Amino acid sequence: MSSVQLLVGTRKGAFVLTADGKREKWDVSGPHFAGWEIYHVKGSPADPNRLYASQSSGWFGQVVQRSNDGGKTWEPVGNKFTYDGNPGTHKWYDGTQHPWEFKRVWHLEPSLKDPDTVYAGVEDAAIFRSTDGGQNWHELPGLRGAKGNLWQPGAGGMCLHTILLDPQHENRMYIAISAAGAFRSDDGGSTFRPINKGLKSPYELPDPTAEVGHCVHRIALHPSKPDVLYMQKHWDVMRSDNSGDLWTEVSGNLPTDFGFPIDVHAHEPETIYVVPITSDSLHYPPEGKLRVYRSKSGGNEWEALTKGLPQSDCYVNVLRDAMAVDSLDECGIYFGTTGGQVYGSRDAGDNWAPIVRDLPGVLSVEVQTLP
Amino acid sequence: MIRVILPAHLRTLTKVSGEVAVDIAGVPTFASVLNALEAKYPVLRGTIRDHLTQERRPFLRFFACQEDYSLEPPETLLPKAVANGEEPLLIVGAMAGG
Repeated sequence: MSSVQLLVGTRKGAFVLTADGKREKWDVSGPHFAGWEIYHVKGSPADPNRLYASQSSGWFGQVVQRSNDGGKTWEPVGNKFTYDGNPGTHKWYDGTQHPWEFKRVWHLEPSLKDPDTVYAGVEDAAIFRSTDGGQNWHELPGLRGAKGNLWQPGAGGMCLHTILLDPQHENRMYIAISAAGAFRSDDGGSTFRPINKGLKSPYELPDPTAEVGHCVHRIALHPSKPDVLYMQKHWDVMRSDNSGDLWTEVSGNLPTDFGFPIDVHAHEPETIYVVPITSDSLHYPPEGKLRVYRSKSGGNEWEALTKGLPQSDCYVNVLRDAMAVDSLDECGIYFGTTGGQVYGSRDAGDNWAPIVRDLPGVLSVEVQTLP
Repeated sequence: MIRVILPAHLRTLTKVSGEVAVDIAGVPTFASVLNALEAKYPVLRGTIRDHLTQERRPFLRFFACQEDYSLEPPETLLPKAVANGEEPLLIVGAMAGG
C-alpha cells in the first residue's frame, strides 16, 4: 500500500508525519534539529530517500542537512553560499543602493532527475545549484542580471522562495522573489528574464505595471500543463497560459485576494487552492474563519472549503511554502499554520482534520507520496 | 591543548557533549583556536564566523577568564590560563528575546 510522508519545517525544528495510504492515523517524528528554524525540507523526486533541509539561526547562520534514508538520519553538508563575482548592489528600503548579503536559504528544490542536483533559493535573492548532493554551492548569477539592481526587499526580506522545474522542458525553470517578481530561464539557469507582464501593483509600486518589483508570494504549476502558471501575489490571484509571458487576474469571487500559498490538485490541472488572508496589515483569515478556497475552473469561480476547519476565533496565517498535495488517487492536500497546526484533507479539500495541533509555527509543508 | 565550551546548539551540531579540546601549533591566538576548531569540526564553518570575511557572527561572543574578548582582533593572544589549558574559552550565544 502507498504511504504519505509530510516534511514539516517549523520555527523550532523539523517534523516528519507519516501515514499509510488511508491517511487516517499519523506518526509524528521530531523535532529534528530542535531549536533551529527549518525553512524548508524537500525530498528528491528521483530518490525519495534523499531529503534536503534548510536549517538556520539568527545566531549561527545557515546549515544545510541531507538525509539518505528518508529522514531517519541526517548529515550536514555544505553551507557556503558565495555570490558569483562582485555582486554589486540592490535597492534598499530607502531607495539607496545596498550590498548583496547572504542571509538564509528559504527553499530547496531537488532536481527532477538527479538526487545529487539541488537548487537553493536564498535571501538576499539569488539561486544556487549544487551537483554533489549539497556539498558545494554555485550561484546562477544570470538571475541577478535580470535587473537585480532594481530589486528592493519587502517586509519579509528579499527572498527567493519559489523554484519550479518544468518537467516537459528540461532547460526551463521559474522562480519567484518577494518584491521583485517572477522570472523564467529557458537555458538551464544561465539567463533569466522577468515575466511580470499583466501584474498590477498600484499600492506597492510607483509604476504599477513595472517590469520588476511586484511582490509575488508564490507560483505553482501542474506537471501535465507546465505552461499554465498560477500565482498568489501580495494582492491578486493570477494565471498565465503562456509560461508567464502574460498574466490575467483570476481572483473572481474570493473574499479577499491577499494570501501566501497557492497549489494545484495532483490530477486536475485546473483545480487550484488558495487561503485568503484579510490584508497585508492583517495577516489572519477574514472573520476569524479559516477557509481554503478551491477553484475547479483554473480561477475566477471559487468555493469555500470549511468542513473540519475552525470557523470562529481563528487568527493564524498560512505561509507561502506551507501547502502541498499528495498524488494518491484521491488527492490529499495539506497545510500548516503559524499557530502550529497541520491540517490535512483526504478528499481534495472537501473535508479537513488536524493531523497535529501544537507544533511550533509552521514555515513549510512538503509531501512525499511513497510506493 | 585548548579547552573550548561551545553553545548548546553548536554542541548538538558537532555531536559532542561538554567541552571540546583542540591542539594548536604555533602562537595561540583567538583566530588559531577557531581555525583548529573548524578543522576538527568542519560543520562549524560559517556558524561562528562568516565564511568570507571571517568576522565573528554578530550574536556570538568570546569570553575567557571572566573577560569579554569579543571585540579584540582575531590575532590577539589567548590569556595564559586558556593557552595552557587551565581555563576554557567560552563561545557564548547572546541572550535575546523577552
